[in-house]
Amino acid sequence: MARKKQSSKTAASWPDDVYRVFVDADVRQVAYVPDAGHARLISRCEQCRRMRAVPLTTEEEGVALLAGAWLGGERGALLMQSSGVGNCINMLAMIQECRFPLFTLVTMRGDWGEFNPWQVPMGKGTARTLDNAGVIIKAVDDADRVAETVTASLRLAFGTYRAVAVLISQRVIGYKEWK
Amino acid sequence: MSGRARGRKLDRRKATARILARRGDALLITGLGSPCWDAAAVGDSEKNFYVWGAMGGAAMIGLGLALAQPSRRVVVITGDGEMLMGTGALATIAVQRPENLSVIVMDNERYGETGMQPTHTHYGVDLAGMAGAAGFPVTETIESMKALEDFIPSIYQAEGPVFAALKVDDAKLPMVLPERDGTWLKNRFRKAVVGSLD
Repeated sequence: MARKKQSSKTAASWPDDVYRVFVDADVRQVAYVPDAGHARLISRCEQCRRMRAVPLTTEEEGVALLAGAWLGGERGALLMQSSGVGNCINMLAMIQECRFPLFTLVTMRGDWGEFNPWQVPMGKGTARTLDNAGVIIKAVDDADRVAETVTASLRLAFGTYRAVAVLISQRVIGYKEWK
Repeated sequence: MSGRARGRKLDRRKATARILARRGDALLITGLGSPCWDAAAVGDSEKNFYVWGAMGGAAMIGLGLALAQPSRRVVVITGDGEMLMGTGALATIAVQRPENLSVIVMDNERYGETGMQPTHTHYGVDLAGMAGAAGFPVTETIESMKALEDFIPSIYQAEGPVFAALKVDDAKLPMVLPERDGTWLKNRFRKAVVGSLD
């Protein structure tokens, strides 16, 4: 039923590009709640011997995990769907108070070409919610710009001890075909 | 399920002192509220990270740290209310199976900072049982100082992850406050463990 329509041919390769950016930036812990848009990147990270892929039961666990990782000298990334942003708010308060560096890559739902109305409220509120929690937001709607945005955002997060979220539009991921 | 019979329970501060007396080089994360005050009362260390908020996150901070520092022991001491808010972490930790992580819950069966309301453990919820069911290889519910003394070597040496719930009394103890600025605490800890912030 759920086939994905992608915005262009390059859409298929951005997860591989992001994976290479993670390797180059020495990202060691990759925490995630699965999303179809993250499936390929999760798979690459799981297969990588330099990285520890950590499946979570809820996204806020990933925020706490990556705080601990940084305390121990490792960089991490949190992969989640926009719905998961709402689960993270109180844990993000710790990130802000302590000025932990935090990088998260968020695939959007309730966005470009959405069909499921239940996805819209959290999708519509994702950027504002993150902004309210002190997170710097970089939105991307072009597959060719995902990797460079992730590169710059990792640098921003770990260089300045800030939380940075890259929001990947449904235009990049492709939307579900409900048939 | 009903409330437990009230027998003599552990003094949380004495229990914390006994545990930390053997810590050696171990790294300590304390969950919000009394576990922070207990650790501060026992004695501050730059290898303590006091979590003043982020309820439900202490065990996961411990997991990230334990994975990043596999050659060191990481001990999380938290409360039952704090652990109950993040029980999914028991599943996440069990899947990662960090051998060097021990999670200790000071279980007074109360929300101590908000008026001593009973928590779910008061009504019989078994946190050690939940950890065991998730897949922690070492789990224990401890109800006496003798049992604690017997268990302390496991906190530091057993192939973990280790989980213990200590049944402590609900006496109101004097607050001993550690430093509270989050950025300062996090930078101090990281410098002590890693040597730099980069």
